[in-house]
Amino acid sequence: MKKFTITALLANKSGVLTRISGLFARRGFNIDSISACATEDDEYSRITLVLDGDEHILDQLIKQLDKLIDVKKIACASEKDSVFRELCLVKVKAEAEKRAQLIEIKEIYKAKIVDLSPDSMILEITGEPNKLDGFINVIEPYGILEMARTGVTALSRGDKCIKDLVDYNDLI
Amino acid sequence: MKLSGADIVIQCLKEQGTDTVFGYPGGCVLDIYDAIYRDGTLRHILTAHEQGAAHAADGYARATGKTGVCIATSGPGATNLVTGIATAYMDSVPLVAITGNVTVSNLGRDSFQEVDIAGITMPVTKHNYIVKDVNALADTIREAFYIANSGRKGPVLVDIPKNLQTETAEFTPAKPAIYTPKSVKEETLRAAARAIAEAKRPLIIAGGGAISLNASQNLMQFAKRIQAPVASTLMGLGAFPASDGQSLGLIGMHGTDAGAKAFLRADTVIVCGMRFSDRVAGDRQKFRENKVIVQFDIDAAEIDKNVRTDLSVMADLNEIFKVLLPLLPQADRKDWLKEVAAYKEHEKNSAPLPEAGKIIGAAKKFTDADTPVATDVGQHQMWTAQYYPFEKPRTFVSSGGLGTMGFGLGAAIGACAGTGRKTVLVTGDGSFHMNLNELCTAVKYDLPVVILLMNNNTLGMVRQWQTLFYGKRYSQTTLDRKTDYVKLAEAFGAKGMTLKDPDSAESVLAEAFSADGPVLVDCRIGIDEKVLPMIAPGKSFDSIITKM
Repeated sequence: MKKFTITALLANKSGVLTRISGLFARRGFNIDSISACATEDDEYSRITLVLDGDEHILDQLIKQLDKLIDVKKIACASEKDSVFRELCLVKVKAEAEKRAQLIEIKEIYKAKIVDLSPDSMILEITGEPNKLDGFINVIEPYGILEMARTGVTALSRGDKCIKDLVDYNDLI
Repeated sequence: MKLSGADIVIQCLKEQGTDTVFGYPGGCVLDIYDAIYRDGTLRHILTAHEQGAAHAADGYARATGKTGVCIATSGPGATNLVTGIATAYMDSVPLVAITGNVTVSNLGRDSFQEVDIAGITMPVTKHNYIVKDVNALADTIREAFYIANSGRKGPVLVDIPKNLQTETAEFTPAKPAIYTPKSVKEETLRAAARAIAEAKRPLIIAGGGAISLNASQNLMQFAKRIQAPVASTLMGLGAFPASDGQSLGLIGMHGTDAGAKAFLRADTVIVCGMRFSDRVAGDRQKFRENKVIVQFDIDAAEIDKNVRTDLSVMADLNEIFKVLLPLLPQADRKDWLKEVAAYKEHEKNSAPLPEAGKIIGAAKKFTDADTPVATDVGQHQMWTAQYYPFEKPRTFVSSGGLGTMGFGLGAAIGACAGTGRKTVLVTGDGSFHMNLNELCTAVKYDLPVVILLMNNNTLGMVRQWQTLFYGKRYSQTTLDRKTDYVKLAEAFGAKGMTLKDPDSAESVLAEAFSADGPVLVDCRIGIDEKVLPMIAPGKSFDSIITKM
């Protein structure tokens, strides 16, 4: 099993995410994360999703998604030609005596303290998913109270944009 | 001009060339029905049940190639369409289903007869809409028709809240958008052309796509050019004439023995508009063993979905043939065709003819190549596929993918209304009981539908599986109903007849086919008749059972 990141432009209409998640459920695709957001154009929204599978499953997922009328463009983000980012908020136990150590870790990972209370703090970190994994590993022994990860989002490098892609169905 | 939403619906239907709609009125489509009344030019066929309307619109589309249209009210009206929509979806039939819904202000409040039909039909439509702005209504309906009848066809549902039907919007007439299939580049087909030219024993399998895309003529040229036998999936029957020497008939679970033998011997299999359904492919791994599989399909997602292919081209079949044919030299495969002919001859002489086969064969004498023949689902369906020689596309109207019992009568009504031809329905006592209420529709509109009801007092196909795989434990399949089909037909206002001896079917059928309106023939056949040959589910072609 490998992980693949897929980005797609969708018609910015209600119900589009239901169409997509329904398709995953009925075709049995295994999705690690999905993030949806606005784009520079009001007509479109954008999703980035991470698939757990092999090349054949990836191929099917892209083709099946592309058949949905509301999926306008779709592409698999290649590891070397794309920038991947994820944001994570971690609420961690931070009694006075542990605080200095946590601040040191935060410095190394370029994380930020966004909330501080007598016994806990919320750390914010942005980066590639494996950087976040590493950070969480190091923080874990201090006691993670709660955590929220946004799921990965991605853009291709250079001036090429997803909207310039030909429709997958046009590739004859 | 300013028109109400309901009038816009009617204008858009007429704009798209719709001449007949099937439906059932109700609270949330009152305005649409009022517009139909006021317009007066659209032929509306009132069915007994919305499911019948959906199957009728489907049968109309399969038989004519035009987009079928059905209308139902909100809530139960809409949910009654669902089986019909799913049936059309599985067989890629162009259908536009129009449903009313409660007013926009009442949506989401569990109002009377409110249901989220767009949510319910999402997995069984190519696309669907809830229209919430009357200004978007006309273009939505136009788009629905375009989506339904372009590329890989399929059903589209448009849900129209009641208030939109009375609100007005500016309406500008428009011509229907024409779908132009993308052309194929020569280099895309070169590898396939080479593989086909180099094949020693090529076999063509035609699927529903060949019919859906009206590719029969090109398919014929292709088969003659490469001198290959042609087998058909259930959905592909009629794409290639059964009377042609190169035809192998049905392939798959209940396909011909000759087809299975030819398949096993073939070194190259060219599949045209076929999706490798489990009923055809059986063992997906073994299907491709020792063969080059070349797949032509309009839907990218069908390529390599069930069976990995060696070569594939995603495009409209006619566009493929247009470029492929000039790349192929006239082949000479006399020996291969002779071998295949010998398989056919052997099967003809060795396979016993079931009683239903005799009746279906006798019916053929009263029909012509253009007669639509609809079926329900089960043994009678397979017997029709095996023993009725389909010569032309769009004459076999049957639920393949979803296998919907109860499909037949509605579909026959639609096919008959659409083509204006005498239509045959082959059904079973199980299937017929599911939607027999549509008899009233056939009678009301005086539609000449000849119903051949294969009455074996059992759910025959299920019984066959119980015989083979469940130690003859006939759980809930013996019907023992007391239905008197002659009286039933007469009660509905149709003609009813009984056929007790399959060997003298001709005389009874002569009378049945000479009647003007709908006729029901109760054909008595044995309870233990089997559909053979058979390949058990998931098994390969070499495990075909021809005798039992």
